[in-house]
Amino acid sequence: MFDYVWLIPILPLVGVMTNGFFGRRIERSNKKLVHWIGCGTVGLAFLVTCLLFLKMLGLEPDKRLYDFTWFTWMASGDFSVAIGYQIDPLSMFMCMFVTGVGFLIHIYSIGYMWTDEGSYFRFFTYLNLFMFSMINLILADNFVLMFLGWEGVGLCSYLLIAFWFSDKANAVAGKKAFITNRVGDFFFAIGMLLLLVNLGKHGVWSLNFSDVFSHASLLSPGLITAICLLFFLGCTAKSAQIPLYIWLPDAMAGPTPVSALIHAATMVTAGVYFVARCNILFTMSPLAMQVVAVVGALTAFFAATMALTHNDIKKVLAYSTISQLGYMFLGLGVGAYAAGLFHVLTHSFFKALLFMCSGCVIHAMSGEQDMRYMGGLRKKMPITFYTMVIATLAIIGFPGFSGFFSKDEILWKAFSSPSGNSMLWLIGVLAAAMTAFYMFRLIFMTFFNECRASEEVKKHIHEAPKSMTFPLIVLAFLSIVGGLIGIPAALGGSNLVEHFLEPIMGLGAGKIFQDAAGTAVLHEAHAAAAHASYMTEYILMAITSTIVLAGVGLAYMMYMQKRTIPETLAQKFPVLYKLLLNKWYIDELYEWNVIKPLHSFSRFLWQVADVKIIDGFVNGTARFFMRCGGMLRNIQTGYVQRYAVTFVAGTVAVIVYYIFVLYI
Amino acid sequence: MADHQNIYLLLSAILFTIGCGGVLTRKNAIVVFLCIEIMLGAVNLVFITFSRANTSPEGIFMVMCVMAVAAAEAAVGLAIFVLLYRKTGSINIDKFNLLKW
Amino acid sequence: MNQLNIPIISFIVFFPLAGAFLLLFIRGNKDNNYALLRKAAFMISIFEFCASLAFLFYFDSETAAMQFVEQVTWVKSMGLSYFVGIDGISLWLVILTTFFVPLCMLCSWTYIQKNVKAFLISLLFLETAMIGAFVALDLILFFVFWEFMLLPMFMLIGVWGGDRRIYSAIKFFLYTAAGSLLMFVAIIYLYYYNHKITGVATFNLLELYTLQIPVAIQFWLCLAFCFAFAIKVPLFPLHTWLPDAHVEAPAAGSVLLAAILLKMGIYGFMRFAMLLFPYAAQQFLPYIAALAIIGIIYAALVAWVQPDMKKLVAYSSVSHLGYVMLGLFALNIQGIEGGIYQMMNHGVNTGALFILVGMIYERRHSRMMADYGGIAKVMPVFAVFLMIVTLASVAVPGTNGFVGEFMILVGAFKTYPIYGVFAVSGMVLGATYMLWMYQQVMFGPVTNVKNENIPDLNRREIAILVPIAVLVFVMGIFPGFFMRKMDASVNKFISQYNTQYELYVGDTGGKSKNVLVVSDAGLTASQEQPVNH
Repeated sequence: MFDYVWLIPILPLVGVMTNGFFGRRIERSNKKLVHWIGCGTVGLAFLVTCLLFLKMLGLEPDKRLYDFTWFTWMASGDFSVAIGYQIDPLSMFMCMFVTGVGFLIHIYSIGYMWTDEGSYFRFFTYLNLFMFSMINLILADNFVLMFLGWEGVGLCSYLLIAFWFSDKANAVAGKKAFITNRVGDFFFAIGMLLLLVNLGKHGVWSLNFSDVFSHASLLSPGLITAICLLFFLGCTAKSAQIPLYIWLPDAMAGPTPVSALIHAATMVTAGVYFVARCNILFTMSPLAMQVVAVVGALTAFFAATMALTHNDIKKVLAYSTISQLGYMFLGLGVGAYAAGLFHVLTHSFFKALLFMCSGCVIHAMSGEQDMRYMGGLRKKMPITFYTMVIATLAIIGFPGFSGFFSKDEILWKAFSSPSGNSMLWLIGVLAAAMTAFYMFRLIFMTFFNECRASEEVKKHIHEAPKSMTFPLIVLAFLSIVGGLIGIPAALGGSNLVEHFLEPIMGLGAGKIFQDAAGTAVLHEAHAAAAHASYMTEYILMAITSTIVLAGVGLAYMMYMQKRTIPETLAQKFPVLYKLLLNKWYIDELYEWNVIKPLHSFSRFLWQVADVKIIDGFVNGTARFFMRCGGMLRNIQTGYVQRYAVTFVAGTVAVIVYYIFVLYI
Repeated sequence: MADHQNIYLLLSAILFTIGCGGVLTRKNAIVVFLCIEIMLGAVNLVFITFSRANTSPEGIFMVMCVMAVAAAEAAVGLAIFVLLYRKTGSINIDKFNLLKW
Repeated sequence: MNQLNIPIISFIVFFPLAGAFLLLFIRGNKDNNYALLRKAAFMISIFEFCASLAFLFYFDSETAAMQFVEQVTWVKSMGLSYFVGIDGISLWLVILTTFFVPLCMLCSWTYIQKNVKAFLISLLFLETAMIGAFVALDLILFFVFWEFMLLPMFMLIGVWGGDRRIYSAIKFFLYTAAGSLLMFVAIIYLYYYNHKITGVATFNLLELYTLQIPVAIQFWLCLAFCFAFAIKVPLFPLHTWLPDAHVEAPAAGSVLLAAILLKMGIYGFMRFAMLLFPYAAQQFLPYIAALAIIGIIYAALVAWVQPDMKKLVAYSSVSHLGYVMLGLFALNIQGIEGGIYQMMNHGVNTGALFILVGMIYERRHSRMMADYGGIAKVMPVFAVFLMIVTLASVAVPGTNGFVGEFMILVGAFKTYPIYGVFAVSGMVLGATYMLWMYQQVMFGPVTNVKNENIPDLNRREIAILVPIAVLVFVMGIFPGFFMRKMDASVNKFISQYNTQYELYVGDTGGKSKNVLVVSDAGLTASQEQPVNH
């Protein structure tokens, strides 16, 4: 029925192979063919996804689960892992926008990378490889294949951040991303292995999602909490949450389409997807949920503060991504999986759009990323300007735009759900206000007032080519209407997203993965979900909107009317300003407390433990025997007569021995 | 016959000691070499003595062997000394410690 | 059993030696003869590889018994026999050996310019010794091959090595010889003891398996064997010969050392130390596993701070082999199969890394990472291959390294969860040092003028690397093909070990605390074929 699902991951892989092996030749003969292959394969994957999606919609909601096992990957003893794909609402939901937005960004890359001096085919190879990994991550029907995707996207992120490797900073940023992600993978792997081994004790030797989830109740609550926390730590690396978010700002060293695709729309949401995928486990562990919510809220807040003072247009967007991801986790943490995923969707639209617009701006400014040297671009780049404003309105949650519905849903759940509270809500709202402020700061600094660039740069400012503006327009459209599929009941909508995802989220999942005990736990969690009145929801909505608008107003005042205020503020609160500008010195904290000591420890191990102690012992043994030999060799004088004397003395001694000892 | 045995053996012992002393003390290689020959002669004498005493021929065979070896030795040894003398102008064995270490 | 009824193993073992003999008749003192010598040797090794594939085709993966067996009395009075055979454990190691020798010849095609004849003869001689050690089932025969390996390797390092080659060669030789002498003593004692108990004079390994040895004696014998093998693996803290030997050896030497010789230690643990002395081995297990863990982390950390590429790779070997040891000592099917698989992976990956480093060394005559930078710009093809191998080495899923490591970790978590957690940290550290090297060498601007005009890989070099790259992915995606052949033997290994061990602890009844009992399901499930819907 869904048996051609393997086409979705394989199509991009075909792109990888053709461009990877023959790319140099293709590029030399016909450069256009490279992007035809690159975009074409992803486009086809998107089409296949759409077909599957439509097919799935034709099914009854509780039959929307299909497991396609392709072939055995690893098998040993009673443990085996297959390459298999699971089709269910969650994976289809993710796959739709990943392939869709991915396709748009591929198209955008054509214009962005066409004139780049780096090799064109390499870029598309990496992008396709990324799509392959991401699709595996999403569609996998077991933890191990998901881990393949999980590491694969990290790898592609590394390759693409370091795409312009001739600049050392890019290479370093790429490595940092990969290693930070590896730290996360470390926890993921431990969680996965613990899960496997402990389920194995109950006779379930499998890491298949359906097997794991339907036997989750066999595990003790403490163990589930431990596993969930390990998984969540894995997510904090991939989705750039506290404490492992440090790599994402640096990751902006990559080409802008990469930032849009990997570091905004898709890869960084993998953590959210993962938690949602394991929602059964997480629901069984209130503590883990609490941790997810709190970390999410804190990340949303702190990342927003960091975005306030930055002048690099992409860095601001990077922090806003971290902040928005925090919202998603906040949503997941309070049990609103659907709301979190809804935000993933809308975020992928508007954040990809924001990055792509910033890419157009950077292109127009001849590579300049510092907003202090921009300004006044509104007239010269109208399409970019309008689409970017739409995206900004969406991200700050301006009523009616897509971000409004998803963010509001999360905040409402943070307030109303049993595991949420008003504190989480408050943090979320403050972060929303800051979002509004820094996003409009970005718009004002970039598009309004006079242009502060040099004359040379000014001459080249131009609107982007069609291949770049086309995706902008599509995404702008989606940023406006994308929210309509999730209008909450309070506003007269039917919240399609939540209904669509219901079969595999929370209670619904309990039904699919037939398991009495697990369902009981889930029932409890759901029964507690109190239904506050619509009135409260309206009031909160109004408060949020007002605060957000206040943030916009403040930005208008500081960056349009009295443009000296930021300067004055920075001078008045130098400590705070520096703290924000340097991202709370978290990077330095890691550098000085983890990396440096470990590095010196390693040097110690090498130069003292290895060379001095162990090898010292080895060489010492050798030297001992050499010294013994050295002493003995003094006997060998080389004079024949001395040897003869020794010989005679020895003979005499033997004779004497015989005579005196044996005969007397 | 048996009475004279001890005399022969004593003579042999004296010869051997003389040879041994010479080997250990003399510095001229040829003299050392001659002393070795004396020692061999002493050993030969012992062989002959016992061969007579036991009326068995083995001792005589051994003497033949020793003499053959001694002849070979003399040939090689003298050749070495000649060469040494040609190379270094001396056959004082205290000057040669090439086998050191 | 011998399904071919021809002495195929002997042919495979001694063909390289015969080839080496043939090479003696080609005059090797003229420059224009070097090409002929190289071609001849290469053809010999390629033929050897093709012939060894016969093992694959005729191997019966259903049985755990020794296959292609040949047994001929050698010295009757002493019970010596020429007894060789292959099972699922040694099968892949033999093929790995024959696979790598031609590659070694190719990769030193232009690098080795002096004594070419002796070099090629050494390689072929080494090949015979390595294969012999993997197939020998008679203790003395094994020991003979084991010692034979040292000699050509000693020559490879000492004659064609770098500046400190003499020091390294001697260190390598003495370190290993010290271990093997102890082993030799243990072999002789074992023989003597067996003779005393059973009245049969034999060095036949399979017969000695059944011997019951008192615990006190077993302890010392096992210690001697373990010592010899631990040096070869090398297990922390007996590893210090390895970085020196690797650094000084020519590329071909490093490749064979890493890819094959080190495997000999682990193979020895499996084939000899553990099955001959199960009780003592069981007592040593936790300690050896702990040393393996220390080795994983320690070597990874030390690799991180190396300025020298070859040293870095050498230390990474120590780290990876720590994984293998851990898997082996997890004593369950996942751990052991993962361990054997990781041995092959390590051979392929580290072998490839040494080949790659050798290629770049041949161009620039420097192993120091600081001398490079920005090479990816100058040598894009090289960059691709190095990236693939680097990824395989850090066990990115989809490459061979992941399958092995994951299986090992599954096995380790089953037996020692705490050790498992530490072992996983090797994953992070591995990425740290490998990417550090990649960044230092390949990325950044080209700062050194000498690096500006390095030629990219030529056809010969690509021909070396393509099979390796293909293998990396094939082994990463279809490990079933390789693992299925080991299943029966590994299962037998575990059950035999358990049975033997139970004999010693039999009186304690059912409360033996060991964790290595395999369920019936475990024995059968692995035989399943891939499911295709």
